[in-house]
Amino acid sequence: MNCPECDGNINIPDDASVGEIVSCPDCGADFEISKKDGSNVKLKQAETVGEDWGE
Amino acid sequence: MSKVCIVFDRLRSEEKMLEKQAMELGHHANMLDAKITRFDTDSKKSDYDFGDVVLERCVSYFRGLHFTACLEFMDIPVINKFDVASKCGNKLIMSLVLKKNNVPTPKTYFSFSADAARENIVDVGYPLVLKPVIGSWGRGVMPLKDKDTVDAIFEMRELSDGPHDRIYYLQELIKRPPRDIRVITVGERVIAAMYRKSSGGFKTNIALGADPELCKITNELEDVSVRASQAVGGGILGIDLMEDEKKGLVVHEVNNTVEFKGLSKVAKINIPKEMVKFALNSARK
Repeated sequence: MNCPECDGNINIPDDASVGEIVSCPDCGADFEISKKDGSNVKLKQAETVGEDWGE
Repeated sequence: MSKVCIVFDRLRSEEKMLEKQAMELGHHANMLDAKITRFDTDSKKSDYDFGDVVLERCVSYFRGLHFTACLEFMDIPVINKFDVASKCGNKLIMSLVLKKNNVPTPKTYFSFSADAARENIVDVGYPLVLKPVIGSWGRGVMPLKDKDTVDAIFEMRELSDGPHDRIYYLQELIKRPPRDIRVITVGERVIAAMYRKSSGGFKTNIALGADPELCKITNELEDVSVRASQAVGGGILGIDLMEDEKKGLVVHEVNNTVEFKGLSKVAKINIPKEMVKFALNSARK
Protein backbone atom coordinates (compact mmCIF):
# COMPACT_ATOMS: atom_id res chain seq x y z
CA MET A 1 0.00 0.00 0.00
CA ASN A 2 1.03 3.62 -0.35
CA CYS A 3 2.79 5.50 2.40
CA PRO A 4 0.47 8.14 3.94
CA GLU A 5 3.51 10.40 4.30
CA CYS A 6 5.37 10.24 0.98
CA ASP A 7 3.21 7.97 -1.20
CA GLY A 8 6.02 5.41 -1.44
CA ASN A 9 5.23 1.71 -1.55
CA ILE A 10 4.97 -0.07 1.86
CA ASN A 11 4.99 -3.84 1.79
CA ILE A 12 2.56 -5.35 4.33
CA PRO A 13 3.46 -9.02 4.94
CA ASP A 14 0.52 -11.46 4.74
CA ASP A 15 1.14 -12.61 8.31
CA ALA A 16 1.36 -9.08 9.76
CA SER A 17 -1.02 -8.43 12.66
CA VAL A 18 -2.85 -5.41 14.04
CA GLY A 19 -0.49 -3.52 16.34
CA GLU A 20 2.65 -4.32 14.34
CA ILE A 21 4.88 -1.55 13.08
CA VAL A 22 5.75 -1.17 9.40
CA SER A 23 8.23 1.31 7.97
CA CYS A 24 8.23 3.12 4.65
CA PRO A 25 11.42 2.18 2.77
CA ASP A 26 11.41 5.57 1.02
CA CYS A 27 10.87 8.16 3.78
CA GLY A 28 11.52 5.98 6.86
CA ALA A 29 8.27 6.90 8.59
CA ASP A 30 6.87 4.29 10.98
CA PHE A 31 3.23 3.27 10.96
CA GLU A 32 1.17 0.96 13.12
CA ILE A 33 -1.29 -1.42 11.48
CA SER A 34 -4.58 -0.32 13.02
CA LYS A 35 -6.92 -2.55 10.99
CA LYS A 36 -6.35 -5.57 8.77
CA ASP A 37 -9.04 -7.50 6.99
CA GLY A 38 -7.45 -9.54 4.25
CA SER A 39 -5.82 -7.09 1.87
CA ASN A 40 -7.74 -4.18 3.40
CA VAL A 41 -5.16 -2.56 5.69
CA LYS A 42 -5.35 0.70 7.62
CA LEU A 43 -2.30 2.43 9.03
CA LYS A 44 -1.91 5.08 11.69
CA GLN A 45 1.12 7.08 12.78
CA ALA A 46 3.24 4.95 15.13
CA GLU A 47 3.98 6.30 18.59
CA THR A 48 7.49 7.65 19.05
CA VAL A 49 9.80 6.16 21.66
CA GLY A 50 8.80 7.46 25.09
CA GLU A 51 10.89 8.20 28.14
CA ASP A 52 9.30 5.23 29.92
CA TRP A 53 9.72 2.73 27.08
CA GLY A 54 11.68 -0.43 27.67
CA GLU A 55 11.64 -3.58 29.72
CA MET B 1 -8.64 -25.36 26.99
CA SER B 2 -7.50 -22.21 28.80
CA LYS B 3 -7.27 -18.69 27.51
CA VAL B 4 -4.34 -16.34 27.93
CA CYS B 5 -4.66 -12.65 27.09
CA ILE B 6 -1.56 -10.86 25.86
CA VAL B 7 -1.81 -7.11 26.40
CA PHE B 8 0.47 -5.02 24.23
CA ASP B 9 0.87 -1.48 22.99
CA ARG B 10 3.39 -2.25 20.25
CA LEU B 11 3.24 -5.75 18.82
CA ARG B 12 6.78 -7.13 18.79
CA SER B 13 8.09 -10.55 17.95
CA GLU B 14 8.01 -11.47 21.68
CA GLU B 15 4.25 -11.01 21.87
CA LYS B 16 3.77 -13.02 18.65
CA MET B 17 5.96 -15.80 20.05
CA LEU B 18 3.84 -15.91 23.22
CA GLU B 19 0.66 -16.10 21.12
CA LYS B 20 2.11 -18.92 19.00
CA GLN B 21 3.24 -20.93 22.00
CA ALA B 22 -0.12 -20.54 23.76
CA MET B 23 -1.84 -21.94 20.68
CA GLU B 24 0.70 -24.75 20.29
CA LEU B 25 0.03 -25.72 23.91
CA GLY B 26 -3.63 -26.05 22.94
CA HIS B 27 -4.83 -22.84 24.54
CA HIS B 28 -6.57 -19.84 23.13
CA ALA B 29 -4.62 -16.58 22.89
CA ASN B 30 -6.34 -13.22 22.87
CA MET B 31 -4.18 -10.32 21.66
CA LEU B 32 -5.34 -7.03 23.16
CA ASP B 33 -4.10 -3.54 22.33
CA ALA B 34 -3.93 -1.52 25.57
CA LYS B 35 -4.23 1.71 23.56
CA ILE B 36 -7.80 1.00 22.51
CA THR B 37 -9.06 -0.54 25.77
CA ARG B 38 -11.13 1.46 28.25
CA PHE B 39 -12.10 0.98 31.88
CA ASP B 40 -14.10 2.91 34.46
CA THR B 41 -14.77 2.73 38.19
CA ASP B 42 -17.75 0.42 37.58
CA SER B 43 -15.83 -1.96 35.29
CA LYS B 44 -16.31 -5.63 36.11
CA LYS B 45 -14.48 -8.76 35.07
CA SER B 46 -17.59 -9.97 33.26
CA ASP B 47 -17.55 -6.88 31.00
CA TYR B 48 -14.37 -8.11 29.29
CA ASP B 49 -12.83 -11.26 27.89
CA PHE B 50 -9.41 -11.38 29.49
CA GLY B 51 -9.45 -15.18 29.73
CA ASP B 52 -7.79 -17.02 32.59
CA VAL B 53 -4.73 -14.84 32.91
CA VAL B 54 -3.23 -11.70 31.38
CA LEU B 55 0.37 -11.29 30.32
CA GLU B 56 1.00 -7.54 30.48
CA ARG B 57 3.56 -6.77 27.76
CA CYS B 58 3.33 -3.01 27.16
CA VAL B 59 6.55 -1.34 26.04
CA SER B 60 5.45 1.82 27.86
CA TYR B 61 6.09 1.26 31.57
CA PHE B 62 3.48 3.70 32.86
CA ARG B 63 0.82 2.46 30.43
CA GLY B 64 1.41 -1.14 31.51
CA LEU B 65 1.50 -0.25 35.20
CA HIS B 66 -1.81 1.63 35.14
CA PHE B 67 -3.41 -1.01 32.93
CA THR B 68 -2.36 -3.63 35.50
CA ALA B 69 -3.95 -1.58 38.29
CA CYS B 70 -7.25 -1.64 36.38
CA LEU B 71 -7.01 -5.41 35.87
CA GLU B 72 -6.31 -6.07 39.53
CA PHE B 73 -9.21 -3.77 40.47
CA MET B 74 -11.42 -6.28 38.61
CA ASP B 75 -9.65 -9.26 40.26
CA ILE B 76 -8.22 -10.40 36.93
CA PRO B 77 -4.97 -12.38 37.36
CA VAL B 78 -2.11 -10.58 35.66
CA ILE B 79 1.58 -11.32 35.23
CA ASN B 80 3.36 -9.40 36.55
CA LYS B 81 1.46 -8.05 39.51
CA PHE B 82 1.11 -4.29 40.03
CA ASP B 83 3.30 -4.41 43.13
CA VAL B 84 6.08 -6.18 41.20
CA ALA B 85 5.84 -3.81 38.24
CA SER B 86 5.97 -0.73 40.45
CA LYS B 87 9.09 -1.97 42.23
CA CYS B 88 10.90 -2.95 39.03
CA GLY B 89 9.95 0.20 37.13
CA ASN B 90 11.78 2.56 39.48
CA LYS B 91 15.50 1.97 39.93
CA LEU B 92 15.64 3.68 43.32
CA ILE B 93 12.82 1.57 44.74
CA MET B 94 14.37 -1.54 43.20
CA SER B 95 17.80 -0.86 44.72
CA LEU B 96 16.22 -0.41 48.15
CA VAL B 97 14.19 -3.61 47.82
CA LEU B 98 17.22 -5.63 46.70
CA LYS B 99 19.39 -4.34 49.54
CA LYS B 100 16.64 -4.81 52.12
CA ASN B 101 16.40 -8.46 51.03
CA ASN B 102 20.17 -9.04 51.16
CA VAL B 103 20.51 -9.44 47.41
CA PRO B 104 24.02 -8.26 46.38
CA THR B 105 23.63 -4.98 44.50
CA PRO B 106 25.98 -2.11 43.60
CA LYS B 107 26.41 0.64 46.19
CA THR B 108 24.06 3.42 45.15
CA TYR B 109 23.65 7.00 46.38
CA PHE B 110 20.39 8.92 46.33
CA SER B 111 19.93 12.68 46.52
CA PHE B 112 17.07 14.98 45.71
CA SER B 113 18.63 18.14 44.29
CA ALA B 114 21.59 18.94 42.04
CA ASP B 115 23.43 20.60 44.94
CA ALA B 116 23.03 17.58 47.20
CA ALA B 117 24.14 15.28 44.35
CA ARG B 118 27.27 17.43 43.83
CA GLU B 119 28.07 17.15 47.56
CA ASN B 120 27.55 13.41 47.29
CA ILE B 121 30.06 13.22 44.43
CA VAL B 122 32.64 15.27 46.36
CA ASP B 123 32.29 12.88 49.32
CA VAL B 124 32.45 9.67 47.26
CA GLY B 125 34.70 10.69 44.37
CA TYR B 126 34.77 9.61 40.74
CA PRO B 127 33.87 7.51 38.79
CA LEU B 128 30.14 7.13 39.32
CA VAL B 129 27.26 6.26 37.02
CA LEU B 130 24.20 8.51 36.83
CA LYS B 131 20.98 6.71 35.93
CA PRO B 132 17.44 8.00 35.49
CA VAL B 133 15.14 6.30 38.01
CA ILE B 134 12.63 5.60 35.23
CA GLY B 135 13.73 4.27 31.86
CA SER B 136 15.30 1.35 30.11
CA TRP B 137 17.56 0.23 27.26
CA GLY B 138 20.45 2.17 28.83
CA ARG B 139 18.81 5.46 27.97
CA GLY B 140 20.19 8.36 30.00
CA VAL B 141 22.77 6.18 31.77
CA MET B 142 25.95 8.24 31.93
CA PRO B 143 29.40 7.66 33.43
CA LEU B 144 30.55 10.62 35.55
CA LYS B 145 34.33 10.94 35.51
CA ASP B 146 34.97 14.64 36.08
CA LYS B 147 33.41 17.88 37.33
CA ASP B 148 32.90 19.38 33.85
CA THR B 149 30.75 16.41 32.82
CA VAL B 150 28.75 16.63 36.05
CA ASP B 151 28.12 20.37 35.61
CA ALA B 152 26.96 19.91 32.00
CA ILE B 153 24.65 16.99 32.76
CA PHE B 154 23.17 18.53 35.89
CA GLU B 155 22.54 21.82 34.09
CA MET B 156 20.67 19.97 31.35
CA ARG B 157 18.63 18.12 33.98
CA GLU B 158 17.68 21.36 35.70
CA LEU B 159 16.62 22.86 32.36
CA SER B 160 14.45 19.91 31.37
CA ASP B 161 13.08 19.72 34.96
CA GLY B 162 10.98 16.58 34.53
CA PRO B 163 9.56 15.21 37.78
CA HIS B 164 12.13 12.41 37.86
CA ASP B 165 15.03 14.72 36.99
CA ARG B 166 14.99 15.90 40.62
CA ILE B 167 15.91 12.42 41.79
CA TYR B 168 19.65 11.80 41.52
CA TYR B 169 20.58 8.11 41.40
CA LEU B 170 24.33 7.68 41.46
CA GLN B 171 25.85 4.23 41.38
CA GLU B 172 29.38 2.97 41.87
CA LEU B 173 31.07 1.99 38.61
CA ILE B 174 31.57 -1.75 38.92
CA LYS B 175 34.96 -3.12 37.88
CA ARG B 176 33.98 -6.03 35.68
CA PRO B 177 34.63 -7.73 32.36
CA PRO B 178 33.08 -5.78 29.39
CA ARG B 179 29.82 -7.65 29.68
CA ASP B 180 26.88 -8.26 31.95
CA ILE B 181 24.53 -11.19 32.43
CA ARG B 182 20.82 -11.29 31.65
CA VAL B 183 18.87 -14.03 33.39
CA ILE B 184 15.23 -14.84 32.75
CA THR B 185 13.33 -16.14 35.76
CA VAL B 186 9.90 -17.72 35.61
CA GLY B 187 8.51 -18.05 39.10
CA GLU B 188 11.37 -19.37 41.17
CA ARG B 189 13.15 -20.97 38.21
CA VAL B 190 16.00 -19.64 36.13
CA ILE B 191 15.14 -20.73 32.59
CA ALA B 192 17.85 -19.04 30.53
CA ALA B 193 20.87 -16.77 30.81
CA MET B 194 23.11 -14.91 28.43
CA TYR B 195 26.14 -12.66 28.46
CA ARG B 196 25.60 -9.28 26.87
CA LYS B 197 28.91 -8.07 25.56
CA SER B 198 29.61 -4.39 25.13
CA SER B 199 29.88 -3.23 21.55
CA GLY B 200 32.49 -0.63 22.50
CA GLY B 201 31.09 1.65 25.20
CA PHE B 202 30.41 0.76 28.81
CA LYS B 203 26.74 -0.05 28.19
CA THR B 204 25.79 -3.64 27.49
CA ASN B 205 22.13 -3.35 26.48
CA ILE B 206 21.04 -5.60 23.63
CA ALA B 207 18.83 -2.71 22.47
CA LEU B 208 22.06 -0.75 21.90
CA GLY B 209 23.72 -3.51 19.88
CA ALA B 210 25.45 -5.64 22.53
CA ASP B 211 26.18 -9.18 21.35
CA PRO B 212 24.28 -12.00 23.12
CA GLU B 213 26.11 -15.19 24.09
CA LEU B 214 24.69 -18.12 26.03
CA CYS B 215 25.77 -18.13 29.70
CA LYS B 216 26.06 -21.24 31.89
CA ILE B 217 23.63 -21.22 34.78
CA THR B 218 25.86 -21.80 37.79
CA ASN B 219 24.58 -22.42 41.32
CA GLU B 220 25.65 -18.90 42.34
CA LEU B 221 23.90 -17.32 39.34
CA GLU B 222 20.75 -19.28 40.04
CA ASP B 223 20.78 -18.48 43.76
CA VAL B 224 21.30 -14.72 43.34
CA SER B 225 18.75 -14.49 40.50
CA VAL B 226 16.04 -16.37 42.37
CA ARG B 227 16.62 -14.23 45.46
CA ALA B 228 16.31 -11.09 43.32
CA SER B 229 13.07 -12.38 41.84
CA GLN B 230 11.69 -13.20 45.29
CA ALA B 231 12.72 -9.77 46.59
CA VAL B 232 10.52 -7.92 44.08
CA GLY B 233 7.62 -10.36 44.39
CA GLY B 234 8.26 -12.94 41.65
CA GLY B 235 6.67 -13.49 38.27
CA ILE B 236 8.31 -13.39 34.85
CA LEU B 237 11.40 -11.26 35.15
CA GLY B 238 14.68 -10.28 33.54
CA ILE B 239 17.47 -10.08 36.11
CA ASP B 240 20.60 -8.12 35.12
CA LEU B 241 23.84 -8.93 36.91
CA MET B 242 27.44 -7.79 36.75
CA GLU B 243 30.53 -9.73 37.72
CA ASP B 244 32.26 -7.49 40.26
CA GLU B 245 35.99 -8.26 40.53
CA LYS B 246 35.79 -8.25 44.34
CA LYS B 247 32.17 -8.85 45.34
CA GLY B 248 31.20 -11.46 42.75
CA LEU B 249 27.74 -11.27 41.19
CA VAL B 250 25.74 -8.13 41.86
CA VAL B 251 22.20 -7.46 40.63
CA HIS B 252 21.82 -4.00 39.13
CA GLU B 253 18.38 -4.32 37.60
CA VAL B 254 15.22 -6.42 37.60
CA ASN B 255 13.09 -5.95 34.49
CA ASN B 256 9.32 -6.34 34.61
CA THR B 257 8.50 -6.76 30.91
CA VAL B 258 11.48 -8.83 29.86
CA GLU B 259 12.47 -8.93 26.21
CA PHE B 260 13.68 -12.33 24.99
CA LYS B 261 13.92 -12.18 21.22
CA GLY B 262 17.73 -12.45 21.21
CA LEU B 263 18.03 -15.03 23.98
CA SER B 264 15.31 -17.26 22.51
CA LYS B 265 17.45 -17.77 19.40
CA VAL B 266 20.25 -19.40 21.40
CA ALA B 267 18.52 -20.77 24.53
CA LYS B 268 18.00 -24.52 24.82
CA ILE B 269 14.64 -24.04 26.48
CA ASN B 270 11.54 -22.64 24.76
CA ILE B 271 11.28 -19.33 26.66
CA PRO B 272 7.80 -18.14 25.56
CA LYS B 273 6.39 -21.63 26.14
CA GLU B 274 7.68 -21.61 29.75
CA MET B 275 6.20 -18.15 30.26
CA VAL B 276 2.74 -19.19 29.05
CA LYS B 277 2.79 -22.38 31.15
CA PHE B 278 3.83 -20.40 34.23
CA ALA B 279 1.13 -17.75 33.69
CA LEU B 280 -1.66 -20.32 33.36
CA ASN B 281 -0.40 -22.34 36.33
CA SER B 282 -0.25 -19.18 38.45
CA ALA B 283 -3.85 -18.36 37.58
CA ARG B 284 -5.00 -21.84 38.62
CA LYS B 285 -3.49 -21.50 42.12
